[in-house]
Amino acid sequence: MAQVGHIDDGSLSPRRLDPYALTWRLPIIAWQVLFFVGPLLFMVAMSFFLVKNYVMQETFVFDNWAKMFSRNYFRDSYVYTLFLATLSTFVVSVLAFPASFALAFKVSDSTWRWALFLLIIPFFTSYLVRIFSWYVILAESGVINAMLSIIGLGPYTMLNTMFGTIVGYMTLTLPLVVVLQTFSLANIDRNLVQAAHNLGCSPWRTVYTVIVPLAKTGLIVAALFCFILSFGDFVSPYYLGGSKPPTLPILIIDTTKSGQQWPRAAVVAVVMMATLITIAFAAITLAYRKRTSR
Amino acid sequence: MRSSSLLTGVLRGYTALLFVFVFAPIAFSVIFSFNSARFPTIPLESFTLHWYETIWADPDVWQALRNSVVVSLCTSVLATALGFATAYTDYRYNFRFKSAYLALVLLPPTIPLIIMALAMLAWFSKIGASGELWSIIIAHTVLAAPFAMAITRLRLNQMDKDLESAAWNLGASEWRAMREVIIPFCKPAIISAAFLTAAVSFDEFAIAWFVSGLNKTVPVLILEIVQGNIDPQVNAIGTFVFLVSITLVIAAQVFFSIRQSKVSL
Repeated sequence: MAQVGHIDDGSLSPRRLDPYALTWRLPIIAWQVLFFVGPLLFMVAMSFFLVKNYVMQETFVFDNWAKMFSRNYFRDSYVYTLFLATLSTFVVSVLAFPASFALAFKVSDSTWRWALFLLIIPFFTSYLVRIFSWYVILAESGVINAMLSIIGLGPYTMLNTMFGTIVGYMTLTLPLVVVLQTFSLANIDRNLVQAAHNLGCSPWRTVYTVIVPLAKTGLIVAALFCFILSFGDFVSPYYLGGSKPPTLPILIIDTTKSGQQWPRAAVVAVVMMATLITIAFAAITLAYRKRTSR
Repeated sequence: MRSSSLLTGVLRGYTALLFVFVFAPIAFSVIFSFNSARFPTIPLESFTLHWYETIWADPDVWQALRNSVVVSLCTSVLATALGFATAYTDYRYNFRFKSAYLALVLLPPTIPLIIMALAMLAWFSKIGASGELWSIIIAHTVLAAPFAMAITRLRLNQMDKDLESAAWNLGASEWRAMREVIIPFCKPAIISAAFLTAAVSFDEFAIAWFVSGLNKTVPVLILEIVQGNIDPQVNAIGTFVFLVSITLVIAAQVFFSIRQSKVSL
């Protein structure tokens, strides 16, 4: 059974049914087809079903699509969700950048390892409870307004505003964006930065003309993750933004939970997926595009 | 160079502030869970264990905790096993449609949870599997397996490419080489993946909320309490949840950073 080459190439080994190889390869295929691709395809099909007397009938009609697209609240919600996610992406990318810059260039390796260790924790830690905590902190009589009142300011209304929603999105995305940005900045060839400095380029100009273009791919990928997470989140716009108007994820919940209109919720979900795929495709094209010569 | 060191100081201070922002909600949740005020704010009122006593005496909390533990444990085992098998396949084999294979495995975390929740709810109803604890386990495994795959794959990157072939040349079967070379080498990654996937499952609320039916997990219970009113007992449950998930994530990171230079054969 001795094999010389390590990597088995399917084209080289004609054995189609290698039980050992299939043992490791097949389980995830079966699992993902049954429980990942299956549900998503069924959801697309469901958007053409009809609900009659609270019973879903497996039909193929465009009623749900026609109904949802004729509703103003759906269009408003779509535009608003797109706007919020875009705003969040810009705000988070801009606020994260100085910190990523500092972690990539201005701290020791061990500090960066500790920072990475700390930034990974919140990404996997009860987002829902953190948002509830913000709810209390941002409230009219909450911690921030209590602090501001000491110096004679406020109270400011921060809950049920766009500000609240963005704070929530930041809670979700900021740690991830800082990690991704720092990785891309740390990969830059330091000699190029040094060269710009030696040629008399000011620090600001170095950032804009050397560092940002070199780290472009990573920065765009980080922004894309921020957009996807913000676009799909329902907790922040609901609890901190007051759901006025509801975003698409909130619309899915309302339509599913109270309306029992799963097919119409599926229309919203399919529209969301199509939007995300388009934006992801555009972002990746932009991220990997070769710079044109100037 | 004064302006440069000033700039460095400003940047470091800014980064510290960003960390304060990230950890402030966790810190305040812990502080308020011991505070007697009905509406938590500063200045703090007196120290109390009242909120913890309330949740300790609540049978719903215990039931939700039991559900969460079962779901997290099962998800952890399933996702880690699937993730390992996939990482090994990616490490060792080349085959047609391999990029499609990898996309199939790695895409789930990029799909918004609310969309997965709706799709899972509809699909499980269709195949008659909704409202059960194991429906949550199945859905969470889809979500968590990519993380297990990534961790194991990174570990396999550190393995000497010739180690496995050496075992074969010494007469070990593929199965034996797996048992005595690959798995021991991947052990820290496997343990790390088990902790991380448990954390992913323990904190997930959107899918669990949609498909759980009456079998609420802890995050779903929190979601329902939060929908009612400001209730400081959420801080007590939240502090407990933070404690569990932070412990799991730290354990995952500690095991992942263990660098084994040798494999005991």
